[in-house]
Amino acid sequence: MMQITCPHCGPRAQSEFIYERTVDSVVPLDAAPEQAMAALFSRTNPRGVDEEIWRHTYGCRAWLIMTRHRVTNEISATRAVGPEALP
Amino acid sequence: MSRYSALGLLRGALNGQKHWQPAWRDPEPKAHYEIIIIGGGGHGLATAYYLAKVHGLRNIAVLEKGWLGGGNTGRNTTIVRSNYRLEPLHNFYEFGLKLWHGLSDELNYNVMFSPRGAMFLGHSDADMVKLAERGDAMRCDGIDADLMTRDEVAKLEPLLDMSRDARFPIQGGLIQRRGGSARHDAVAWGYARGADSLGVDIIQKCEVTGFVRDGNAVVGVETTRGRIGAGRVGICVAGHSGHVAAMAGLKLPVESQTLQAMVTEGVKPMINSVIMSQSLHCYISQSDKGGIVFGGDPDNWPSYAQRGHPMVMEGAVAQGLALVPALSRLRMVRTWSGVTDMSFDGAPIIGETPVPNLYINGGWCYGGFKATPASGWTYAHTLATGKPHPLNAPFSLDRFERGATIDETGSGPMPNSR
Repeated sequence: MMQITCPHCGPRAQSEFIYERTVDSVVPLDAAPEQAMAALFSRTNPRGVDEEIWRHTYGCRAWLIMTRHRVTNEISATRAVGPEALP
Repeated sequence: MSRYSALGLLRGALNGQKHWQPAWRDPEPKAHYEIIIIGGGGHGLATAYYLAKVHGLRNIAVLEKGWLGGGNTGRNTTIVRSNYRLEPLHNFYEFGLKLWHGLSDELNYNVMFSPRGAMFLGHSDADMVKLAERGDAMRCDGIDADLMTRDEVAKLEPLLDMSRDARFPIQGGLIQRRGGSARHDAVAWGYARGADSLGVDIIQKCEVTGFVRDGNAVVGVETTRGRIGAGRVGICVAGHSGHVAAMAGLKLPVESQTLQAMVTEGVKPMINSVIMSQSLHCYISQSDKGGIVFGGDPDNWPSYAQRGHPMVMEGAVAQGLALVPALSRLRMVRTWSGVTDMSFDGAPIIGETPVPNLYINGGWCYGGFKATPASGWTYAHTLATGKPHPLNAPFSLDRFERGATIDETGSGPMPNSR
């Protein structure tokens, strides 16, 4: 199990968190249809580091962005979601 | 290739079993092939076999970065069934199930297919309505499905907790009697032996590291054993589809997730069918060696780590024990995980890509193993003719942008919400 550092609560067990989606798959409200299609239905899905949105569902319930390696599960950073974090 | 037979075995017995030969060759890669298949798992080998057998092609290579069947073919729960509600899915899997029933004869290789029945449990009135709807949809297309009463379920599986105060009360079930399980390695090995004897080059320890392009078109692959030219290239690496397609500049509607399974020590026969609960997401069957095989949810977050999480394992086992309390005394001896391509509607992707000469077979979610023969057959047709077979036409890569998704569970694009 991973230990995830919530930007608000500090290090917590992974079982408190739920994965939502990758940062690049957030659909902007004013997206053109092609742009929305690409965001919803295509992923880089790297075998390496990606930025993901998780939620501290069974804790403070806040969203956070996690930079994680998908083979080693190493988490290099977590940060709170703010307006500047999303496209 | 010498045929395997009881007589041959008997002759071998008198001869110290000295007659055994390698089941396939270990050839050096040629400079050019008509068709190259990337991925030597069940699907890739089945594709090569049907390309040679059905379409008469000979100049084919299967490239495998590790060993045959060492990916998801060896990391699943070996359940075979075709009990899907949506027409494109059940027609596709039913075509496969028919091939499964004759596969050992076809390949002259015992794939140990055992049609012991695949049963979905219903835990509520709503479950039973859904199961009846699914069964009706299947029967409309001539596929066997029988709704079971509570008593019939109890008779088939006496060890299920049928008490009224059970954690997951059982109201009935839906069984596909022609479904069951098979031996995973034998499927890969049987297809490999068959393809090799028809002249297909199976090249192991040969990892594809890039695509050779002529303009936009793919005309070959770069590998750890040098450049190999190709007329057409088929990606068949489910689990790692995103990674390989990215070498051709493609982004897929796929997220890789870890799906794990586990097996207990061997015991005498106690589970007669394949017990599944889709409301819980728990799969229980007994292998021919006697081990009880459990499967459950995927890890629900993207991962290429071929190892599971105890948290998810505990969830699957807790469900299994609630259904069959007698399992609580068994010791778990082995767990394994596969990296699965979770597609964004839960259905596979087989067909053309926007890149000329490049084809894709992936996005298998939970359904890869049982699809092996149908996947091979239809992908071979697609690679040989350049056009999809009617059975895999609905599973084209462009269905997402056309809004023609095949969403069995009706849960939308996020694999983790399925």
